[in-house]
Amino acid sequence: MKEFKILAVVVILSLITYWGVEPFAHSQMHKHVEGHNFVYDGTADIADASKDKVAAKKAFWGEVNQIAKLPGNAAAGEALFATCMGCHNGAGINMGGVIPPVLDHAGSLYDKNYLIALIKDPAMASNVDHKYANTMMHPMGAVQAMVTTPQQIADVVAYIKAKKVGKMTPQVAYEEACGRCHANRYGNLTQLGATPKFKTEKEALAHQMKVLDEQDLIKKYMGKLPPDLSIMIRARSEQYMETFIENPQTQLPGTSMPRVGLTKEGYEEVKAYLEETGDPSKDARHAIGPWVILFFVIFTILAYFWKKHHWKDLH
Amino acid sequence: MAHFDEKAKPFSHKWLNERMAVDTVKKVLSTEYWIPKDINFLWAMGMILAATFGILIISGIFLLMYYQPDVKTAFDSVNYTIMSEVGYGWLWRHVHGVAASVVFLVIYIHMFTGIYYGSYKRGREMIWLSGMLLFVLFSAEAFSGYMLPWGQMSYWAGMVITNLFEGFSPTIAGGVANFPGFVEWLRGDYVPGQAFLTRFFMLHVFLLPLVIIAVIVLHFATLRLPHVNNQKGKEIDFDEAAKLYKEGKKKESKVIPFNPVFLSKDIFVMGVYFILFFYLVFFHFNFAMDPVNFDPADGLKTPAHIYPEWYFLWSYEILRPFNKDLGLIAFGFAQVAFFLLPFLDKSPVVAPANKRGLFKVWFWVMIVDMIVLTVMGKLPPEGIWTVIGLVAALVFIALFAALPFITKFEKKA
Amino acid sequence: MSNRRDFMGMALGSFAALGALGALYAAKRTWDPLPSVKSAGFTTIDLSPAQENVLVTEKWRGKPIFILKQPANAPKSDREIHVAGGRYLVVVGLCTHLGCIPAYLADKKQFKCACHGGEFDSLGVNTFGPPPRPLDIPPFKISGTSVILGETGPEYEKMLAAGLTLKV
Repeated sequence: MKEFKILAVVVILSLITYWGVEPFAHSQMHKHVEGHNFVYDGTADIADASKDKVAAKKAFWGEVNQIAKLPGNAAAGEALFATCMGCHNGAGINMGGVIPPVLDHAGSLYDKNYLIALIKDPAMASNVDHKYANTMMHPMGAVQAMVTTPQQIADVVAYIKAKKVGKMTPQVAYEEACGRCHANRYGNLTQLGATPKFKTEKEALAHQMKVLDEQDLIKKYMGKLPPDLSIMIRARSEQYMETFIENPQTQLPGTSMPRVGLTKEGYEEVKAYLEETGDPSKDARHAIGPWVILFFVIFTILAYFWKKHHWKDLH
Repeated sequence: MAHFDEKAKPFSHKWLNERMAVDTVKKVLSTEYWIPKDINFLWAMGMILAATFGILIISGIFLLMYYQPDVKTAFDSVNYTIMSEVGYGWLWRHVHGVAASVVFLVIYIHMFTGIYYGSYKRGREMIWLSGMLLFVLFSAEAFSGYMLPWGQMSYWAGMVITNLFEGFSPTIAGGVANFPGFVEWLRGDYVPGQAFLTRFFMLHVFLLPLVIIAVIVLHFATLRLPHVNNQKGKEIDFDEAAKLYKEGKKKESKVIPFNPVFLSKDIFVMGVYFILFFYLVFFHFNFAMDPVNFDPADGLKTPAHIYPEWYFLWSYEILRPFNKDLGLIAFGFAQVAFFLLPFLDKSPVVAPANKRGLFKVWFWVMIVDMIVLTVMGKLPPEGIWTVIGLVAALVFIALFAALPFITKFEKKA
Repeated sequence: MSNRRDFMGMALGSFAALGALGALYAAKRTWDPLPSVKSAGFTTIDLSPAQENVLVTEKWRGKPIFILKQPANAPKSDREIHVAGGRYLVVVGLCTHLGCIPAYLADKKQFKCACHGGEFDSLGVNTFGPPPRPLDIPPFKISGTSVILGETGPEYEKMLAAGLTLKV
């Protein structure tokens, strides 16, 4: 029927326009970045390394992979872990630019290989070595003098991996892995954690001052204040988020954001929190959407019969 | 002097008729408003536009209850308060954003239908002009609305578009057409800021909707006497056809009444439209709510890629290939080109394009050119895209320049 | 004119009306007070610093709250809240006539409303003028020496059941 032909023309031309303006144009604007499925064995780092760094990276990750093969003694690791608690104590004290993260759930959040690399050389592992002439200058650089031998590293990591402290919720994952640099105002989180309810405006302002002071320290360390992540989940594509969090250098070369070494599960927890604050209506959309569409399907069927009723004696 | 029967019961049919002529109004606007029978579903686009405009107003009303036009709180009032705190706030936001984008798809279909069937001439010039005026008003409404969430795209689109009003460079004609002060006057400040936001809020929420409603009434008024066109562009004796219909000879009559016959087809097409519309609202909306605008406005950082909404891209692409001054001229031409259509088309023939010889070619080249311009407008201005964009922009100008010549020698079959 | 009953039209119209009802429900929910507003409706007030016959004014849900510590030798009343050995009047500081805030005259031990001359005694009971009922008692829950306004406790339930106040 003629009307179907006209409809086909309209639909095809609209779809071509849509394809050109959306999927095609966006593919041209943002080159595809391949993820590595949260595997930290150095292949990505070596592949992306600048010429003068390749040898160093190869050597580093070679040693990391060797340490990974060692059997780790969790009990021995626990004793060593006490040194870590010197900084990673949850007291909220800024050290060298950031507050060291709480390690309660480090075992489930972070990858084993990555943890080994991190203790061996924090700047190299987190891909911010381009900021330091000497990677010992990293705020955590001192760890190389505290946990020194490959066996010690293997022991500490074995302990961390075995440690189970309470339930990990998406918010806890976010606070531990991201929260000391990235605020989330929709989740009522600043770099100092959840903002308590204050009775007087004076107390509230005093807290705000403390937050601003902490942000100044982070700004000095990072070069600029890491963005608030409240609605970041809607400001970047899924692909971008995954590859960025896995290795920030791939999407923002030269950035001072460290790679944090999340496992796939850790990433899913963090992503869940980002969706909580940035896209809380997702479930409602998916629940209600099909019903609204069904309503209009029925509406259209009824409308069709009504139309037929009026047009049948016209031709 | 009207006759008022004292015995008529208040608010009864007779009583209302004496005071407001309800029967006559009903006949003129509804049951005896004659529409040609020889139409297709494209004729429903007008009602779909009215329905979508209604949806924009209703969803806008609920957004307006919670939106804050303050540069410090605008972004969060939308993306936190409305999207997560307000009951069904996310629904109104999604509906409003998707409708604002889809309305332009329907406007273009409606516009191109008019061009295809010659519904801009032979008594219908005012319909065309009031319609083009509506296109401009809707464009201004869309632009002003896009400023409101105060995201990165809002800010930088505001910056770039208001910069256009600087006019031509100071080097052209001794700077007579250069107005640097005008840009700041428009903005109410040196850069888009609080003054800028609140005045565009005023435009978006009050002044433009009022003017749009007035012009819609005008658009309907310009349609009433010439009547709606038909698929073959034939001139119809509406009185004769109406007589036949009212006598019961519905099959022989060339017309149908607006209500209920034309309306029933409209509503069916609307149903199909709403299925697509709500699918987009719930499941596929990034084309209408671009991720870049979910970054709060930052006057010290321009995003790597800024671009207007899709419906402005063809117009944006026409100015891009040229230098600043030439581009402004080209852009200005693009805005008025479609207005001039009834006067550029020198042929008196009203018929679908496929029956109009060279005009058929003209039409489809125009459609393809508009699509190419749209896609090029989104692509980064690099390499082969700039070449294609330049060619497409030149084709656009050539098309309108050539139209008088193409149509002058058209057969009057 | 259609000379047959338009069944399809009626079916379509009723179905569309159903959809309109759904939209109206969503609209009603949009109008509801926000969760952050509702959760801000709880205020904790420590009663111990109050002095006898000295009016203290706090705020709850945007409304003034009068706290008046009763003198130790005054006769007991069901309208008082007993907390840490003290007896307190805790009422909404809005005249029950038309909502102005009455002033407390400590020497007369009386609330006087300037708007239309209404008077309440030191236990908030209306004694003169247009006010139709005593000052309202807000929902409260005793917690140590404090009351949490907005939450309810057994003492409040008793007052409500005895008709000493309307629900605020």
